Amino acid sequence: MLTIIVAIVLAPFLVVISTSLATPEEVIAKGGWVVWPDQISFAAYQQVLSGDVVTRATTVSLLVTVVGTFLSLLCTVTLAYALARPGVFGGKPVLLLVLFTFLFPPGIIPSYLVVQNVGLLDSYFALILPVLVNAFNLVVMRGFFQGIPDELYEAARIDGAGDLRILVRIVLPLSKAVVAVVGLFYAVSYWNSFFNAILYLNDSSKWPIQAVLQQYVTQGAQLADPSVAESASRNAPHSIQMAVVVLALVPIVCVYPFIQRHFVKGVMTGAIKG
Amino acid sequence: MLARRVRTAMVEDPAPARVRGASRRQRLRRDLTLVLLMLPALAYFLVFHYGALAGNLIAFLDYVPFLGITGSVWVGFDNFSEMFRDPAMWQATWNTVQISALQLLFFFPAPLGLALLLHSLTGGFVRKFVQSVVYLPHFISWVIVVALFQQVLGGAGVLNGMLGDHGLSTIDVIGNPDMFKPLVVGQVIWKDSGWGMIIFLAALHQVDEQLYESAAIDGAGWWRRLWHVTLPALRPIIALLLILKLGDILSTGFEQIYLQRASVGPAAAEVLDTFVYFTGVANGDWGYAAAAGLFKGVVGALLVYSANKVAHRLGESGVYR
Repeated sequence: MLTIIVAIVLAPFLVVISTSLATPEEVIAKGGWVVWPDQISFAAYQQVLSGDVVTRATTVSLLVTVVGTFLSLLCTVTLAYALARPGVFGGKPVLLLVLFTFLFPPGIIPSYLVVQNVGLLDSYFALILPVLVNAFNLVVMRGFFQGIPDELYEAARIDGAGDLRILVRIVLPLSKAVVAVVGLFYAVSYWNSFFNAILYLNDSSKWPIQAVLQQYVTQGAQLADPSVAESASRNAPHSIQMAVVVLALVPIVCVYPFIQRHFVKGVMTGAIKG
Repeated sequence: MLARRVRTAMVEDPAPARVRGASRRQRLRRDLTLVLLMLPALAYFLVFHYGALAGNLIAFLDYVPFLGITGSVWVGFDNFSEMFRDPAMWQATWNTVQISALQLLFFFPAPLGLALLLHSLTGGFVRKFVQSVVYLPHFISWVIVVALFQQVLGGAGVLNGMLGDHGLSTIDVIGNPDMFKPLVVGQVIWKDSGWGMIIFLAALHQVDEQLYESAAIDGAGWWRRLWHVTLPALRPIIALLLILKLGDILSTGFEQIYLQRASVGPAAAEVLDTFVYFTGVANGDWGYAAAAGLFKGVVGALLVYSANKVAHRLGESGVYR
């Protein structure tokens, strides 16, 4: 039973990776997809990466992911830390303000208007600022911080450390697991998001990889890049499409094993206390 | 508590402990660093959540972007009454509810079943391996998931290729309006069953082993132990997740539907979220779309709230309190 489940989960990945690595002739001969390539060829990757569109989109995605994850973690850690301290000034109303967003998330239209009014349309920051802090991640992190024994705060305060120093020197080093997991959640959501790009960036040359992939693979559009489009129609378009899919997949699969072991620890502490 | 208060009071300390009863100004001075640390994220919530919430005002306007909120004409509830008469909006609501019901029926039990299956495994390595594999799809973007499904189930995909090789008739899954809803639910099951399992696995860990042992001594078989020991232990978490799902009944995953709407057409695939997007952003009918979005938001909030109340009635702790 479990073998079947594992196979169902992994099979699509195998087909996509194999197809992207097969020679164009093999892909055509086998009717568009390959389970195990007879001969490995990186031609599809060379074609994809020789054009402007995919390389540029990958760079945009990487930058947005790195900058976004950093800013998100910064804002989430600071608010979670402040809200984790009992009796902090303004703590209760601010927490309520955050929790209410669970009950009533803003809709697409009003969010669009805010982004427009703040002047973020067609800016890369439109991919970051509207999703800067995730309330769920915040609650997870606050729960983790609350689990740190009070005695540590007291001891540090007696030693003359201020609140900022306690955060940097004591709380953060104890919270590596939760910071790693929440960081992964943010990074994955930045890397995977395509809709905000379509919504907020009219200029499609600014689009990240997932938005380009969306155009190219799921809508069947040609890449707006003559060199790739031409060779794509000459050769097997499938191996090229699948190469783009694999490129969009690689960062996730690379980071995943390192952070995976923290999942349960990091998420459950927060969720139970939440 | 008292001892700690006395101790900290005795030490002359630059940032006194957080004692109740201090005046507001004193507390602000004492917590100034923390308050400053709150500001960036607080500003985010105020601008992008509460600013957007205020933007719902345009649901009551004949909103023209060029004229802005102050320049557009106030029309009261006209957008809403137009909405209630609009068959497209009811079609979208119906599709949404259908997909949610299918998810409740087929996707909701999937993580639980997977958790029970995995929990019965004793081998540490196999278990870790299976866990790593089934969590993975949760982190794959919808764009890629849709591409994977097209590759496997599409007209020229793996499934039809294999059927054709064996002389069987091919089946049209992708691009077939009748298959759209089962397809969408199947994708969710593939993507998130493993991830949804985590929370059940953690709850299963906390079940007292002695309960199983005494049940076994009393002659309870696997099914009876499941029914009398495991499921009662999981009841609070099942109730909690059910509440969250019920509150979410009008949201069916915007990105997933948006990506596949074109291939089957709006009659089968339009859900409330895509309806709002296409009438508002794509067709420029801003006020009307905002009204539909606000309607969805209010009903959703009421659903979460009442589901929570019901859970309290039943003696579960629910999402908040």
